[in-house]
Amino acid sequence: MALTKRQRAKAFRGVQYGLLVVILIVFAFVADWGTIKRAFFDFEVMSKLFPDVILVALKNTIIYTALGFAVGLLLGLVLALMKLSPVPPYRWIATIYIEFFRGIPALLVFIAFNFGIPLAFQVRFDNLSTVTISLAIVGAAYMAETIRAGIQAVPKGQIEAARSLGMSQGRTMATVVIPQAFRIILPPLTNELIMLTKDSSLIYLIGVQYEQLELTKFGRDAMNQYRGMTPILVAGALYLIITLPLGYLSRRLERHTGGKKVS
Amino acid sequence: MTEPAVVITGLKKSFGPLEVLKDIDLTVAPGEVVCIIGPSGSGKSTMLRCVNLLEEPTGGKIVVNGVEMTDPDVDIDRARTKIGMVFQGFNLFAHLSVINNLTVAQRKVLKRGEKEAEEVARHNLERVGLSEKANAMPAQLSGGQQQRVAIARALSMSPEVMLFDEPTSALDPELVGDVLGVMRQLADEGMTMLVVTHEMQFAREVADKVLFMDGGYVVEQGPAAEVIGNPQHDRTKSFLARVLNPTHQDPTD
Ligand SMILES: Nc1ncnc2c1ncn2[C@@H]1O[C@H](COP(=O)(O)OP(=O)(O)OP(=O)(O)O)[C@@H](O)[C@H]1O
Ligand SMILES: [Mg+2]
Repeated sequence: MALTKRQRAKAFRGVQYGLLVVILIVFAFVADWGTIKRAFFDFEVMSKLFPDVILVALKNTIIYTALGFAVGLLLGLVLALMKLSPVPPYRWIATIYIEFFRGIPALLVFIAFNFGIPLAFQVRFDNLSTVTISLAIVGAAYMAETIRAGIQAVPKGQIEAARSLGMSQGRTMATVVIPQAFRIILPPLTNELIMLTKDSSLIYLIGVQYEQLELTKFGRDAMNQYRGMTPILVAGALYLIITLPLGYLSRRLERHTGGKKVS
Repeated sequence: MTEPAVVITGLKKSFGPLEVLKDIDLTVAPGEVVCIIGPSGSGKSTMLRCVNLLEEPTGGKIVVNGVEMTDPDVDIDRARTKIGMVFQGFNLFAHLSVINNLTVAQRKVLKRGEKEAEEVARHNLERVGLSEKANAMPAQLSGGQQQRVAIARALSMSPEVMLFDEPTSALDPELVGDVLGVMRQLADEGMTMLVVTHEMQFAREVADKVLFMDGGYVVEQGPAAEVIGNPQHDRTKSFLARVLNPTHQDPTD
């Protein structure tokens, strides 16, 4: 008997569910739950991680990310304005910067600022400066493109209205264009913040003291100390506590600004 | 004789190879209302935008209230504060409330104090009949309301001349009347106005002078009753026939 189109679709969906159940059952039998529990959910180890995993590691992750983001945002704004400049060399410099730092791993920037630049220029950065500068330099390359796109998305009529009221070019930028551009780019900027949160883990390259540990390095050190994956699991969960709300915020903002047309 | 409000002589404007304005002369007396009509693409907007230098003229001279706009050394930002402009698309600052739309340039450009700027703003909102919308955001207003706010924003700079570029073309028909009403009142109060419009009724009743533009030239200008009521040139006649009676076919078409 031939099935109708709808019946066939229904049967296919049934097969998909069935397959999922089979996979889960096989996995449950094959897995060694005792070992998994010991390796990932060792509550004794977990209790030893607190409160430092919050008061030191989570706190530092947030501080490094926030500083890197703030400095990177400023640098990104400067680069975006350079990219839109009528003076060609400014545009070239900005383009080279953006393409260069988007094209190399963030890890290399950390290495350069921790080892290379101090050696080459006889300067020393403390660890906080190193992580802030590195994150800012990498983040700025991405944010510059986002900000430029946002500035260009502000309708021309807004600029003409401002100029017709006697605002200079700079004043128009500051009071009309940039505030509106930031409204437009808030969702992608939030995503950038999520990226930087994760990139802050690259500080593991630098030999930092205990009080300067962030989540990843803290987790790795604790892993070596206690054996087992529990600290890594805890660190991962704490990353999610930062990034999931940011992702949610980003999607909400997107809906909010995407739905409204700027006149 | 008083000094004219606007004097345009030999105005030329090209966009690359495209010659949009070929040779425009126009003198506007203080308090005069000039309506500019003409087919699409004839350069009406371009001419208006040259008056406050939103477009840089390729040639010719423009003097507004004694200030030569085309002088390379003119303080253009300062000169523009005396020339209000109203756009077809309203262009209210989307991130600012109505009251802030009206105060931002007063404060940042004219350096008026907060209290004075707000007083001026509220007075002008009242003139356009929108006092109760002071705290609304532009997106919450109808097109007609937005355009009246845009007029109030321009008036808040205490301009000596007002430019209108098809202020009612983007509006639903039932909202056109409110905006034209505000403009009519402004004309009655003695404002010098240059209005690009397709509203022939308004031009006929309010304009002291009507300018018909075509192909980058002023083809005909004179009192409204003459240019609209008794046009001399064929191009003016066929344009008016088309505008006043949209189903009209030119015999030559
Ligand atoms: N920035 C620009 N760059 C290139 N060409 C332009 C520019 N602005 C206007 N033009 C051209 O100049 C001509 C005149 O345009 P303008 O907007 O002044 O006409 P208009 O009389 O206002 O027409 P409409 O009634 O459609 O508004 C048109 O051919 C237009 O395409
Ligand atoms: Mg036009």
